[in-house]
Amino acid sequence: MTLTIEIGGKAHTVEIRSQAAHTNGRVAWVVNGRAIDADAVEVSPGIYSILIGGNSFEARVERDPGGLRITIAGREYQARIRDPRVWRRNRGSAAEAEGQQSVVAPMPGKVIRVLVKAGDEVEAGKGVCVVEAMKMQNEVRSPKSGKVERLLVSEGQTVGAGEVLAIVS
Amino acid sequence: MFRKILIANRGEIAVRILRGCREMGVRAATVYSEADRAALHVRLADETYAIGPAPSRESYLSIEKIVATARAAGADAIHPGYGFLAENAAFARACGEAGITFIGPSPEAMEKLGSKTAARHVAREVGVPTVAGTLDPLEDAAAALAAAKKIGFPVVLKAVAGGGGKGMRLVENERETAAAWRDATSEAQNAFGDGRLYIEKYLLRPRHIEIQILGDHHGRVVYLGERECSVQRRYQKVIEEAPSPVMTPELRRAMGEAAVKVARAGKYANAGTVEFLVDAERKFYFLEMNTRLQVEHPVTEMVTGLDLVKLQIRVAAGEPLALTQEDIELRGHAIECRIYAEDPDNNFFPSPGKILQRRIPTGPGIRIDDGVYAGWTVPNEYDPLLSKLIAWGSDRAEAIVRLERALGEHYATGIKTNVGLFRRILAAPDFRNAGIYTRWLDDFLHQPVKHATAATADGAEEAAFLAAALWHLAEDGRATGGALRPHSARSRWKLEGRRKQLDRVPDRQ
Repeated sequence: MTLTIEIGGKAHTVEIRSQAAHTNGRVAWVVNGRAIDADAVEVSPGIYSILIGGNSFEARVERDPGGLRITIAGREYQARIRDPRVWRRNRGSAAEAEGQQSVVAPMPGKVIRVLVKAGDEVEAGKGVCVVEAMKMQNEVRSPKSGKVERLLVSEGQTVGAGEVLAIVS
Repeated sequence: MFRKILIANRGEIAVRILRGCREMGVRAATVYSEADRAALHVRLADETYAIGPAPSRESYLSIEKIVATARAAGADAIHPGYGFLAENAAFARACGEAGITFIGPSPEAMEKLGSKTAARHVAREVGVPTVAGTLDPLEDAAAALAAAKKIGFPVVLKAVAGGGGKGMRLVENERETAAAWRDATSEAQNAFGDGRLYIEKYLLRPRHIEIQILGDHHGRVVYLGERECSVQRRYQKVIEEAPSPVMTPELRRAMGEAAVKVARAGKYANAGTVEFLVDAERKFYFLEMNTRLQVEHPVTEMVTGLDLVKLQIRVAAGEPLALTQEDIELRGHAIECRIYAEDPDNNFFPSPGKILQRRIPTGPGIRIDDGVYAGWTVPNEYDPLLSKLIAWGSDRAEAIVRLERALGEHYATGIKTNVGLFRRILAAPDFRNAGIYTRWLDDFLHQPVKHATAATADGAEEAAFLAAALWHLAEDGRATGGALRPHSARSRWKLEGRRKQLDRVPDRQ
C-alpha cells in the first residue's frame, strides 16, 4: 500500500510492502521510489524504535491540530497523512472560515473577565477575554481586526479547550 | 524530634518533604483535595487525609481544615512547603495555638520579613540597599500612577503578598497603568487572598541573584551561597543555577552578609531566601525575602551537599545548627529546569490532561524532584509544575551538557511540556556565555525560532515517515477494529482495496 505523507509542506510517497506492516518488526518499504530496509518496533503506544542502516531512532507520534507531530531526538516533524476523504472535508470548512474568525479558548479554564461587547470593533491582537487556568490569567486575543459578531461566553463561565468564545468578522 | 509531620501541600514539593521525613524516620501525613485523590503525594504517604473540593480556597488554603486534620491525625508539626499557606502568618499562628509546630519562621518574623513592603523597611534600617519605590502598599491605580511618575517609568507593580511572579506587572508608561493595576490586583487577590500592591523602579537588564540562608533558634544564621535565577518568563523563574556565573568570592561574602543581617533583624529561624537584583556594575539591591523553602532549593543542595528539608525540620525541632559559616563549601555547578505542563507553541498556555507515557532521565549527575507519574491526570486547578530536573557537573559547562543529555531522554506524552524551550535556552549563546538578565528570556522568545538546520543523523527524516505511516496504520486498525463500531467486521482486504482506489484520486492541492 502507498501513503502520501506531507512533512514540511513537501509530499513524499511511502510504500509499505511487507505484509506484516501492521504489526511490529522488519518492514520493507519504499520512500519516494527508493527502497529502504528498516526495523521498527512499537516499544510503547505511539513510541517507535526504528533502526535504519545501523542508526537508531526513537520516534514519538502524537496527534496535533495540523495532523501528526513526530519527535525524533528533540526535533519535531509536522506530518500530514494525505487521505482524500479527509482532505475533501477539510477544504469545505476552510472556505467557510474565510472572513469570519473564531476566538477560541486555548485551554480549559474559567472566563474571569470579558473585555469586549458584541458589536465592538477590535484590532488584531486586542484582548477579548481573560481566561484563568491553573491560577494564571491569560488574555485571549482577537486573531484579526474586525467587528465582534457574537460573544458566546460571560464572566464566571467555565470553558473547555477549543471552545469558541467569540466570533470576529 | 517530631514523630509525625503533616505536609500541607501537594505535587512535587509534598513528595520532596515526604522523602525528607522518611529519611529521618518521621511519619509523613499528607492532605489531598478531591482532584488529587490519586496524586503521587497521596500514593507515597504513610497517612493521607481528604480536605475538601478541588479549588484550593476550600482545601489547600483552608487553615481551619488543615489544622483540624493535623490535630486529628496526631501530627506534632506541619510543613507548609512553598506557595499555598507557606507564607501566611495567620496559619503559622493557628498552628501554634493548636500546639503544633509550624516548620518555618515565627509569625512575627514572617510579618516583618515576608511582607515585601515591611521587609524593605527592614533592609533600609540595617543598611542594605533597596531599589527605589514605595515602602507601603498603594491605595489604588491613581496612587500607583502618582508614585510611578515620581520615580519615573518603567516601574513594576508587585503584590505585597506575592511570589512566583503572580500579581506582578511591568508598566512602561502612563497609559498602561490602569490596566496593569486591574490585572495585578485581581491576580494577587486570586492567588494570595490579598490584592494589595506596591511599586518599584524597573532596573534595566538586572540579574536576579538570591542568597539561601538558614537560621536556628539559638541565634546562628549562615548563608549557603547564591542561586542565579535570571532566566524568567513573565517574572516566573524558568531556569535556576548555583553558583551564579558572575559571582566573585568578595561579592558572595558581601551579599551573604547582607542577607544574614536582614534575617537577624527579624530573628529568623528556618531556611529562607533573600532575593537581590544585581546590576551591570555588580551593585546589588535587596528585592524581597521568601520566608520558606524555595522551588529551586535543589541547586543549593547539589552544590553544598546539604539537605535543606531535613535541616528545616531539625531547626524547627529546636536543634542548634551543626554547621558554621566556615563549614560551607561550594562544589561544582548545578542547574535546574522547571518542567511545566504548558504549551510553548501556544503562548505557554497550561496544558492539563492525562500523562500517557513518560520517560524520566537518570544517569550521572541527574536529579529529578517529581510530582507526577504516567497515568496521572494533571488537574486544571493548580500550578502546572510537573517536576524539576536538576543536573550537577564539576563546572557550568558540564552541568549544561548533562542537562541537555537528560532533556533528550525525557518525554511525556498526552500533555504538552516546556522541555523544548529548555533545549532552545541551553543552546543559546547568551545563556552559554551567561549573558542573561531578568528579561532576557522574554526578549529571546520574541526572536524568530531558528529551526535547527544542522544535519541530523542520516535517516532521521525517513524514520519520521515510517513512524507516521505505522502510526496511521495502527490508528486505522483501532478505528475500524473497535468492537463498538457496527462495521468492525469489515475485511481489512476490502479496506485496503478501497484505499488503493482512493489513492488514485489526482492531487489537486
